[in-house]
Amino acid sequence: MNLEKVIFGFFIVLAATLNFGFFVGDLDDPVHHEINELFVAIVVNLIATILKLGDRTQIGAIHLATSLVADLQLIAAAMVWGYAEHIAGTGMTPVMVARVVSLAGGALFANVVSVIILIAETIMQRR
Amino acid sequence: MMPLLRHQSVFFLIMRRLRAPLILLIVIIAISVFGLTLAPGVDADGKPANISFFHALYFISYTATTIGFGEIPYAFSDQQRLWVLVCIYMSVVGWAYTVGTVFALLADRNLQQAIRTQSFMRAVRNLREPFYLVCGFGETGRLICDALDRLGFRAVVIELDDTKVGEIELHGYRADIPALCADAHNPENLTFAGLTHRSCIGVIALTNDDSANLAIAIAARLLAPKIPALCRAESAETAANMASFGTRHIINPFEKFSEYLALALHAPAAWHLLTWLTGVPGTTMERQRDPPHGEWILCGHGRFGRMLAHVLEREGVPLTIIDRNAAPPAPSVRWVQGEGTGAPALEAAGVRRAAGIVAATANDVDNLSTVVTARELNPALFVILRQNHFANNSLFEAFDYDVNVVPSRIIAHECLAILTTPLLVPFLEDMKRHDEEWCGRLLKRLTGNFGWDIPAVWSERINLSRAPALYRKLMKGATVELQSLLKSPSNRDDALACEILLLRRDDDDHLLIPEGDTELRPGDELLLVGTAEAQREFGLLISNEHALVYVLTGTDLPGGWIWERLSRNRAAQSETT
Repeated sequence: MNLEKVIFGFFIVLAATLNFGFFVGDLDDPVHHEINELFVAIVVNLIATILKLGDRTQIGAIHLATSLVADLQLIAAAMVWGYAEHIAGTGMTPVMVARVVSLAGGALFANVVSVIILIAETIMQRR
Repeated sequence: MMPLLRHQSVFFLIMRRLRAPLILLIVIIAISVFGLTLAPGVDADGKPANISFFHALYFISYTATTIGFGEIPYAFSDQQRLWVLVCIYMSVVGWAYTVGTVFALLADRNLQQAIRTQSFMRAVRNLREPFYLVCGFGETGRLICDALDRLGFRAVVIELDDTKVGEIELHGYRADIPALCADAHNPENLTFAGLTHRSCIGVIALTNDDSANLAIAIAARLLAPKIPALCRAESAETAANMASFGTRHIINPFEKFSEYLALALHAPAAWHLLTWLTGVPGTTMERQRDPPHGEWILCGHGRFGRMLAHVLEREGVPLTIIDRNAAPPAPSVRWVQGEGTGAPALEAAGVRRAAGIVAATANDVDNLSTVVTARELNPALFVILRQNHFANNSLFEAFDYDVNVVPSRIIAHECLAILTTPLLVPFLEDMKRHDEEWCGRLLKRLTGNFGWDIPAVWSERINLSRAPALYRKLMKGATVELQSLLKSPSNRDDALACEILLLRRDDDDHLLIPEGDTELRPGDELLLVGTAEAQREFGLLISNEHALVYVLTGTDLPGGWIWERLSRNRAAQSETT
């Protein structure tokens, strides 16, 4: 067992689970979507991205790409949240919640791809 | 030298090394922001209010980067201030660690080499003009690069020595010369430097290591068989090896000089013509005395000495060799064992009755010492002096020698002659076959016309890219004689100050000094000699239709499509009426 591999897998799976946790619930119900969970999901996603940097294999490149997509979507979701609360001044209306959650849903898809690649890679190595 | 990294992207290399500090930074900022949203605070009315993530991220961003705008959106409570205090110290540690790692990374030799290599490769890849690949930036390489720069050619340099690469950057060249500090033995480095680039028009191998030059010659032959390779070879074995796989131009400075000396001994006029034609443009040829026939002394029987001895023997010159080593069994010439720098050995070799002396050792100080002593014993001696290092130039200039042999200059001249005027070599070969009288007459006529200043010597080819106007005219079936072409485009009554030395055709043999009524054909190659101004004017009149028509017929063509139509109509009308 390799500690580096454990940490790597941990962050990738954690990024996906946190993202999923934020995503589940009614699309436009603010009560079902916790802001702290979004924050932690973003942080864990960023860390996962940096862990993937510098791998020069083809699989490494796809890994990095999925993470970058997830980052982009989650940060966009956070920006919509910030816009609704502070700039538009409307607060978290169902429309805004729906926007945030659908963006996070996109990120979830990227994270799921990332996890699938992780599993595929592990199966390929058979060790 | 550090081995080259094979990474294509320096960016990912840096990011890889920055993984730990970046993760630390993200974690610190995340903890700070999260903590700040949890810390209890009050708004302007004294009601409890927590800071939102948006404001917390804003506050931490400007605090961590030491910008510091104050407490927003409301003044902080003491609990919040306590947490901010922790945040400030955490973020300072995070930033210090990140910045420190970045600087350590930038100071890393491996990374610097990778960055330099990458920017070099990019510079070479983006070259759109034709360029020469010069391997080795020693004395010869510098002379070649100077000349190429002056002639308006681009160059790319590979050099093993880091300090010499730095020199290139300090040197004020007109065009930027990309330089790589790498071993030219390695064909990969040659490819980086553009050996297989489509704008590469020649490889010049000038390193002081024969095996490296050999490696370059092989790489050029296999990877880029179409472009000419000019290779320096100081030993006969290397030269033979290069010749065996078809290297087109092998330059051995000592052999070249031996040839010149042989020519000077049996055909002084041909020799003068050769020095006049191959000198450095912008200088004046000094009329030095011709090497006398008589007894000669050769000091030093090394690589150079052996070749000279061979040549002098062939020319039938009585020769005495002075060398530190004992004579080989049954020497063909007189042999004195001793130091050429001392009077006893020189006396024993008969310096008082000798006509000339060659100081040919690999040591500059020994050579100077020898000739100074010899001149004291016999002031009328003809002195040929070998100079090995350019740095000793001032010493050599102070001595009144007859001929100075500088290998680096000989190679540079030879390379430039081959590169810029490819027809000059066949002309010189042809010239050597003619008798002394013919050369004397030609020299007298040319120097009478153009003076003793080194003239411009250049080649032209009548094709679409070099001479579009003349080529189109010839393809339409017009006959153009040489004499009608050599006129000034500003006033056709004045002759152009140049002459045609050689005309080469694809189908039949080449013509040496063609007659004035020779008719030109498309595809002809010309070797011309004349003033620099005549070179410019000739270039204009073969490429510009207006200048060409004026020179040939004396009429000025109307410019532009409308005027051409009008003038054609007028000509047609005048014919019908």
